[in-house]
Amino acid sequence: MALNVGCSARPGNARDNKTGSWRTFRPVFDNEKCNKCGTCMMICPEVCISEDEEGYPQVDYEFCKGCGLCTEECPKDAIEMKKEEK
Amino acid sequence: MADERPEFFESGHRACGGCGPALAGRLIMKAAGENTIVVASTGCMEVFSTPYPETAWKTPWIHSLFQNAAAVASGIESSIKMQGRDEKVVVIAGDGATFDIGVLCISGAFERGHDITYICYDNEAYMNTGIQRSGATPYDASTTTSPAGKNSTGNSRPKKDMPAILAAHGAPYVATASIAYPTDMMKKVEKAINTKGPCYLQVHAPCCTGWGFDGAKTMEIGKAAINSGLWVNFEMEEGTVTKVKKVKRVPVDDYLKSQKRFRHLFKPEPKTEEIAKIQAIADKNAEKYGTDIVPKN
Ligand SMILES: Cc1ncc(C[n+]2csc(CCOP(=O)(O)OP(=O)(O)O)c2C)c(N)n1
Ligand code: SF4
Ligand code: SF4
Ligand code: SF4
Ligand SMILES: [Mg+2]
Repeated sequence: MALNVGCSARPGNARDNKTGSWRTFRPVFDNEKCNKCGTCMMICPEVCISEDEEGYPQVDYEFCKGCGLCTEECPKDAIEMKKEEK
Repeated sequence: MADERPEFFESGHRACGGCGPALAGRLIMKAAGENTIVVASTGCMEVFSTPYPETAWKTPWIHSLFQNAAAVASGIESSIKMQGRDEKVVVIAGDGATFDIGVLCISGAFERGHDITYICYDNEAYMNTGIQRSGATPYDASTTTSPAGKNSTGNSRPKKDMPAILAAHGAPYVATASIAYPTDMMKKVEKAINTKGPCYLQVHAPCCTGWGFDGAKTMEIGKAAINSGLWVNFEMEEGTVTKVKKVKRVPVDDYLKSQKRFRHLFKPEPKTEEIAKIQAIADKNAEKYGTDIVPKN
């Protein structure tokens, strides 16, 4: 007998949910100060900071919730939270 | 330098901004890798990562009940073994699921010796249902079922020593970690997964909403817990403590003051007797695990 188990979903399709709309503050990066340490990329709970071709952090604002964790943890003070304007 | 390992936990989940458990989920999966089957109990992590028909998980993932993740993992592991497959079975469960309602199933799985890794993300209360105390809630924390007030200073019992309970089952590897130290945490996840037999990892995962602090401070709170001695990062192999994170310990006051769940201890004036009891818990931890860095002279 075939057993059908509950509900299933396509791997990682949470990406359909654009959490960037939650944001009231936006992290803005200053590459002049950044030493490419990678901390922000490692600790973002939204997995939305990646590395650009030059090794600098690059945010996917479709998902960034503006929590400010990256800003708080950056050892170089290279990230600033700026209020979103409508 | 970015960590090149691929992600198996996706953006788009619905955790609060700055959620410690969300970061735990991400880091666990980065360390565990593709060849993993995740079993999740009911709780914040399960709810925010899988609102049907969406899922943040990119490996096979199954939702058990609140109480039986270890039993479901046991069944999956047994089946995989019979089929000659090699996926790693990893439970990711909250502290309520682990310290309270799941103990029976966990004890059974560890007694039977299944080759599973059981990871508890410890946010120190039942968050998903509105901040009720669990066996992992620290002494004097105010929760909705241990509210501080005229006749109470908050949770009246100390945190249960779950790692000791699992070490007593003969688990080959038992460890604690914190999302505040991602590299250490991921190493421990890998070690637990690659150690044969039932292994236990307990990850401190600060919850901004339930503990009452700004989500930007999640890492800072995690580090402060360790620096106060109220959380200890250690590894235990075959029942013996083999590694401990040493700290220059500071008084518990600042850690407590930084969170709403402990604020009643300072208002209207500091309840020095209660704070001293919490300090005594930290002192005992430090002595038990030898965490203090002793200045050389
Ligand atoms: C048998 C049973 N009792 C109660 C519940 C309701 N419930 C769902 S999640 C939860 C609390 C989960 O707490 P924890 O394991 O600490 O995870 P957290 O939400 O804190 O991440 C409770 C009580 C349930 N789902 N099943
Ligand atoms: S603000 Fe928060 S969500 Fe946005 S990039 Fe920084 S850590 Fe990620
Ligand atoms: S944490 Fe700061 S210094 Fe490090 S990569 Fe990110 S922006 Fe650059
Ligand atoms: S309540 Fe706490 S654990 Fe739950 S999603 Fe919010 S921050 Fe995370
Ligand atoms: Mg919990």
